[in-house]
Amino acid sequence: MISLAGRDILHSWGKFVLTGLGLGLLIGVTFTMAGVYRGMVDDAKVLLNNSGADLWVVQKDTLGPYAESSSIPDDVYRGILGLPGVAQAANVTYLTMQVRKGKTDVRAMVVGFVPGQPGEPNYLVAGRRITRSHYEALADVMARFQVGDRIRIRRHEYTVVGLTRRMVSSGGDPMVFIPLKDAQEAQFLKDNDAIVNSRARTAANPALNRPGVPGLLDAIEASQTSNHNVNAVLVRVAEGYSADAVAGEIRRWKHFQAYTRAQMEDLLIAKLIAMASKQIGMFLAILTVVSAAIVAFIIYTMTLGKIREIAVLKLIGARDRTIAGMILQQALGLGVIGFIVGKIAATIWAPAFPKYVLLLPEDAARGFAIVMLVCVLASTLAIRAALKIDPATAIGG
Amino acid sequence: MGEGIGIQIEGLSKRYGKGDTAVDALKEVNMSVAPGEVVGLIGPSGSGKTTLLKCLGAVIEPTTGRMTLGGEVIYDNGWKIKDLRVLRRDRIGFVFQAPYLIPFLDVTDNVALLPMLAGRPNGEARARALELLTALDVAHRAKAETAELSGGEQQRVSIARALANKPPVILADEPTAPLDSARALAVVRILNQMATQYQTAIIVVTHDEKIIPTFKRIYHIRDGRTVEEAGEGRLLE
Repeated sequence: MISLAGRDILHSWGKFVLTGLGLGLLIGVTFTMAGVYRGMVDDAKVLLNNSGADLWVVQKDTLGPYAESSSIPDDVYRGILGLPGVAQAANVTYLTMQVRKGKTDVRAMVVGFVPGQPGEPNYLVAGRRITRSHYEALADVMARFQVGDRIRIRRHEYTVVGLTRRMVSSGGDPMVFIPLKDAQEAQFLKDNDAIVNSRARTAANPALNRPGVPGLLDAIEASQTSNHNVNAVLVRVAEGYSADAVAGEIRRWKHFQAYTRAQMEDLLIAKLIAMASKQIGMFLAILTVVSAAIVAFIIYTMTLGKIREIAVLKLIGARDRTIAGMILQQALGLGVIGFIVGKIAATIWAPAFPKYVLLLPEDAARGFAIVMLVCVLASTLAIRAALKIDPATAIGG
Repeated sequence: MGEGIGIQIEGLSKRYGKGDTAVDALKEVNMSVAPGEVVGLIGPSGSGKTTLLKCLGAVIEPTTGRMTLGGEVIYDNGWKIKDLRVLRRDRIGFVFQAPYLIPFLDVTDNVALLPMLAGRPNGEARARALELLTALDVAHRAKAETAELSGGEQQRVSIARALANKPPVILADEPTAPLDSARALAVVRILNQMATQYQTAIIVVTHDEKIIPTFKRIYHIRDGRTVEEAGEGRLLE
């Protein structure tokens, strides 16, 4: 028996391919949405992996440093270093802000780190590491800075000396790394006018400017214009020690919150990007329903366009299953074309997205199964319509 | 009924609706067509031609009566055949007003489709199709798409399709309506030739004045009743 569906597809392949192309672009958008979600999860994991830490020590009762703000003194790391099982501990600051290059702004997460300690980028793709104590920066390639570029962070200019890759915040902003001291200043230093005003206010306060206590006002003003806080301490656990046990020790003796990598991953994925993933989930569900509706509409319209042929087929003795098979095969054919076009389209346009889009083979396999299922379900409407066609339609008009 | 009967109907009635709104489309219709014979069925619009054709084609069920096809009773106040789809496929050929060929199949496969649907191997079905296309003088268009054929060629292909499963009867519904005189007469000649060659009973429903003189026997249908009369039987040049 010849394949009626195959012959019909070959006969009107132009219409069929164009329809499949349109459907494929929609499927491509669906794949891309899934890829955006995967990219967000991957960004979160990469953020943790690239920090090179086993534990994140943050302000007590906070979910810092990525999900909430956290502030701890910058000498805490010394005490942590003294605990058993701690191989390395280093201060780190994170601040999302606008970094200016020339006349343009780039939204970036500015990271303050200590060279050679956890928090430093693992590798560079261009340039060199930071060798000076001040005013040098490393930037992720997504920031579109070049080695040698001059960028402005708050009041100071920095020279980009190296570029790194896949170093982005959980929100997808590229990271810019600067020395810790500079970063502390960038986070907390006020502008000159604010400092003058603040000093005047302090001097006008009789409780802080007592005539009988010389030096008190100077000490208070000095403390107001300097900062000795960081957002977190990154800890690397020594071999043979359990990260959970070391985190427990820090919580118990240092009175700070310490998160292990698993806890931090849970924080980032389950809490920080939870709303975004729900949003994308809704989009995916709607796109799936829209795709199904479009396939159903196309197949239904194609079937209605063949009423006379189907009536003739039924009149001359074609089985219902032959006709249903023809419609089903066409729906599946359309799905296969749509899937191939969608996969290719998503692969082509994914790199052009500003945020990382991760297209996983297992998502493609799952997507193929869903597309086929949607096509089967969508074809039922057309099959019902075809089976209702009266063979008598072929006789007498 | 015995051998020598292509199709015979006795006292066939068809009523649409019930009660006061019931309409008797066919009233005690009698008709008999022998193998190899071509008869005309003529009548004005609304006389019951199409209803009779649908009953003969096992597409709608008559209300009462008896039908015999190739010597076998297929209807006697109820269908005697379980699967009407198989009955239509194997034992009744259809030729329509428009050829209604399947546009996505080439000429050969349009004809071969019927034997294939009946479970014949593709090779055997295509050989049968070619044999019929040769007999109908359209074998040279065997690989053509149906849209490339002229109206007359399309109608010849549809006749070949109707003959594909060697049915004892062919029902032709206004087969010459869209054709000019010459082509219409050519189609009638072909139907007569095929009826003789394959010993098939052919009923031609028509109101085409050009071809009415070609029938040897004619059934007039009016208000659901048939009257048989002798025709001229002239196959005009």
